[in-house]
Amino acid sequence: MAHAADSLVVDSVTGVDVSLEVAGTGARSLAFLIDLLIRTILVTAWYVVATLIYNGRLSLQTPDDPDGTWYLYVATPATLIYLLYHTVLEIGMRGRTPGKRMAGIRIVTRNGSPPGVAAQLVRNVFRLIDSFPVGYGVGLFTCLVTRDHVRVGDLAAGTLMIYENRNTLAARSLPVSAGDRPIDIAALELAGELLERWNTLESSARVRLARSVIERATGSAPDASADETALRAQLERLARPARMEGAPS
Amino acid sequence: MTEDVRDQALRGALLQRSDLWKAAAERARRLMSGRAHDVTDAMRMIDDYRLLAHDLARARRLMPNSRAREFLEAAYAQAHTTLHKPVAHIGYALWSLFRDQIPEAIRWLRPHIVWVALLFIISILAGGWMVHTYPDLIGLFASPDLIATVERGELWTEGMLNVVPSSVLSVQILTNNIVVSLFAYCAGFLFGLGTFYIVGLNGMMLGAIFMFCRQHGLDHKLLEFIVAHGCVELSVMVLSGAAGAAVGEALIRPTTMRRSQSFQIAALRTSKVLVACVLLLIGCGFIEGYISPDPDFPFWARVVVGVSYWLFMVSLLRGYPLGRSRSNRPIEA
Repeated sequence: MAHAADSLVVDSVTGVDVSLEVAGTGARSLAFLIDLLIRTILVTAWYVVATLIYNGRLSLQTPDDPDGTWYLYVATPATLIYLLYHTVLEIGMRGRTPGKRMAGIRIVTRNGSPPGVAAQLVRNVFRLIDSFPVGYGVGLFTCLVTRDHVRVGDLAAGTLMIYENRNTLAARSLPVSAGDRPIDIAALELAGELLERWNTLESSARVRLARSVIERATGSAPDASADETALRAQLERLARPARMEGAPS
Repeated sequence: MTEDVRDQALRGALLQRSDLWKAAAERARRLMSGRAHDVTDAMRMIDDYRLLAHDLARARRLMPNSRAREFLEAAYAQAHTTLHKPVAHIGYALWSLFRDQIPEAIRWLRPHIVWVALLFIISILAGGWMVHTYPDLIGLFASPDLIATVERGELWTEGMLNVVPSSVLSVQILTNNIVVSLFAYCAGFLFGLGTFYIVGLNGMMLGAIFMFCRQHGLDHKLLEFIVAHGCVELSVMVLSGAAGAAVGEALIRPTTMRRSQSFQIAALRTSKVLVACVLLLIGCGFIEGYISPDPDFPFWARVVVGVSYWLFMVSLLRGYPLGRSRSNRPIEA
């Protein structure tokens, strides 16, 4: 395991390392704010519906002397939703919450795998420290000063946040399409060699060899009217397939 | 053939496999989201992982700035995550947690438990001594309402059930106890000082209030109130304090090359104890809500409940309820 600038590089059994882009403080804050909003909406919705049912009329008034039923069916579930939102969702969604998903990030361990239940619990227990003194002050501070932008809970659980949205987008934007016909590597090599020796050959030999190589590489004979310049251009295109299909981004 | 021409040919051959990459990425996505349970798919994922690794290594060399390489990086990372996804057998995980992992963690924590228990006892004695010697110091540990109630010759717990129903009382108490317990653990992050502060303060409060009640002839009543739930509640306080102390020690005297790694190992190891602590505190909450404030329960019944629950706690922490025995213990290095 090693670190490039803002990325986590994980060793793999294949010998080819896995590169994961570490999410910064901004993305983490955005995810937290979205989750806070969702949490608030859920708690409010529960409170409103449960209070209406409890009151038995169209009133959201809290009773002056709340009884056990009010605590058990109105207050306690709303508090549990608020407190256990992150813990339950992160375990259930394997290191994601709706907010993290929208921000395009997720939690992983330092070997790139989704964290286990123990790590998720530790990460969430340490919110008690991260939320000090107000507004996740400690968590925000540690995110800003640590290399992987992690809070105390992440340090304790051995986790960090990585971007996944960018990866998914990259997966959808693959520009290559091999088509049905396989590429004849030998023909491409011949095209390259022919281009290298182009100036040393006589004109008739160039045309004859170029037509032969193009026919072998593409499966169809070039246009009969194509002159020497057109055939050379076609050979050059054939010899640079990567530039044609895997366009630099 | 020159190297440039050979590389161009390799690029062409590589790009021809794009359909395989797409299929691999799609398979990884399906397996990760849990929408595929096909064994063939899972087996093919292993081949996909090798294929993607092989092609990515070539793409990194041959076309480092192409979108094809970006795609391969993403697909390879996704395949890596899918293959390294932890197995989720909740039943087995819980069984293993209570049978093996918690007893192991408790054994590892033994020295910390001894020292934190000692600190707790000394704090209780110190709190008691302070109030015994300087009675006015009770103002540091108890609220004015509590002091006034005790001075009237009543315990603040009397008539508690007339004000709040048992169910609500239980939930309030267990929530409060769990939060204090988790705080005692997390505060270990401050090199153990936070844990010592919480354990010491709670011990001094207990000692001071006990001594204050004794001065007003209410010590037996207080003992009667706390004996049913207090045996386990105070033990759990010591356990979570010991876990916090272990986390603090890992930061002060790291056992690995890096302090953060040592902290992580200690936190993950001790977190298992916290699961047991939370469960035990839920039980304490119900005892404290239903039994402790109920005057109909005689003293002997409270002692039986308290001692039985404490014995259950000890056996739970040793893994006995799930069939662990002394012969199951792993050989220590």
